[in-house]
Amino acid sequence: MVSLEMTASLSSVTEYLQDVLSKVIDIDYPKPRIVEVPITYGGENGPDLKRVAHHAGLTPDEVIKHHSEGSYLVYFLGFSIGFPYLGGMDESIATPRLDNPRKSVPKGSIGIAGDQTGIYPLSSPGGWNIIGKTTLPIFNIENPEQSALKMGDRVKFILVEGV
Amino acid sequence: MSITVLKAGLQTTVQDLGRNGYAHYGISASGAADAFSLRIGNLLVGNDESAAALELTILGGDFKFESHAFIALSGSEFEAHLDGESFQNNEGIYVRSGQILSVGQSKEGARTYLCVRGGVDVPYYLSGKTTHVMSKMGGLNGRQLEKGDSIKIGNLSSVTQPIHNKDTLDLNCAIIRVTNGLQGEWFSDSTWNYFLSNSFTISDLSSRMGIRLTGNLIQSDRGNEILTEGIPLGAIQVPGSGDPIISFVEHQTTGGYPKIANVITADLCKVGQLKPGDTFKFQRVSIEEGERLRLEQESFIQSLKAS
Repeated sequence: MVSLEMTASLSSVTEYLQDVLSKVIDIDYPKPRIVEVPITYGGENGPDLKRVAHHAGLTPDEVIKHHSEGSYLVYFLGFSIGFPYLGGMDESIATPRLDNPRKSVPKGSIGIAGDQTGIYPLSSPGGWNIIGKTTLPIFNIENPEQSALKMGDRVKFILVEGV
Repeated sequence: MSITVLKAGLQTTVQDLGRNGYAHYGISASGAADAFSLRIGNLLVGNDESAAALELTILGGDFKFESHAFIALSGSEFEAHLDGESFQNNEGIYVRSGQILSVGQSKEGARTYLCVRGGVDVPYYLSGKTTHVMSKMGGLNGRQLEKGDSIKIGNLSSVTQPIHNKDTLDLNCAIIRVTNGLQGEWFSDSTWNYFLSNSFTISDLSSRMGIRLTGNLIQSDRGNEILTEGIPLGAIQVPGSGDPIISFVEHQTTGGYPKIANVITADLCKVGQLKPGDTFKFQRVSIEEGERLRLEQESFIQSLKAS
């Protein structure tokens, strides 16, 4: 991490960032890791599966097929702690956020908001359409560097039957 | 060496200058809502300016010292008594083992800092001791203090000579200065005029995560959704409802609302002193002026250290 003194000038910060940017362009990016995430769809684990199906004009099974067959890029971890924004979802299952966000979404819930999908790493309030759930611990709170997902990883969902 | 919490106040948390360096994991820095007052409070008791202290909000609380200590209250003036005797703001004061500091209502802004020589001693979580209340991490068990809590104090090894300070900068909380935001041009000149010429009121739904404003509805000319991007501290987001939100120390790290403006660094401490019902106006300044004001605040702190 680079830390700058509170007395750093705007021009020195700008110069520093331009220098970093000019070097970033020449980097050979590592091949993305492929992380398999087990998922159980529907029922208690995915209370909004039917809503997504209704919005898409598909059956729940077709939603599951479209969602689980995708290959997703972790755009970034954000808004709340460790929350992976996954890009590359089939647009046919894109669904707007819930009008009334839930007060609590269980840890591991997998949801859809617009044309993105994401995984709740911790229990938190949330307005995404929850279609399934994973048992894989997504975020390592003691040591974030050891978390299951990082920016730039690829996610593949592995369908498992509900228990 | 410890403090026992007899009354916890409205929201008392352990705060330092933030858990920096983890935004890429979705963890905002948190830290003192009024970092300027925390830094001065630490200097008053001879700590490094970044030491952890207790942040007291609107209604302070009662604290019993289980050992001798050298303490100061820094920030807004609150009703404060030590064993019934009036307790002076902004001054390092010795307390004896068994004495009770009672901090009542604020007489001015939202917050004051109870700084203790040697610091407040809680475990580090990642790079900081700050409590991130919304995420339930850091500080004492990730939460605000409760009656009966015991807080260890005075474990910092690097203490220096306390300063004596009666000077202060004129911090006028009725004016919050801002620069153009990342989507500043999404708002027409007439919207900007409206934004700058009318007073906003702090909503009681405000928290350390976001300061919600009411009184004037602001509408962007280009809709109210952008592709999700990073949110800087002090960004003023305008959601579809039209009531702006100042993203504050526990802000979400990314978001999808357009940002009309950004509070300048030097005025973030004033945002931390605003309380529900307060009114203020925004004033737009250039980035250069924002920089000059930040450096002025820094040189004030440096001059205290040199005194």
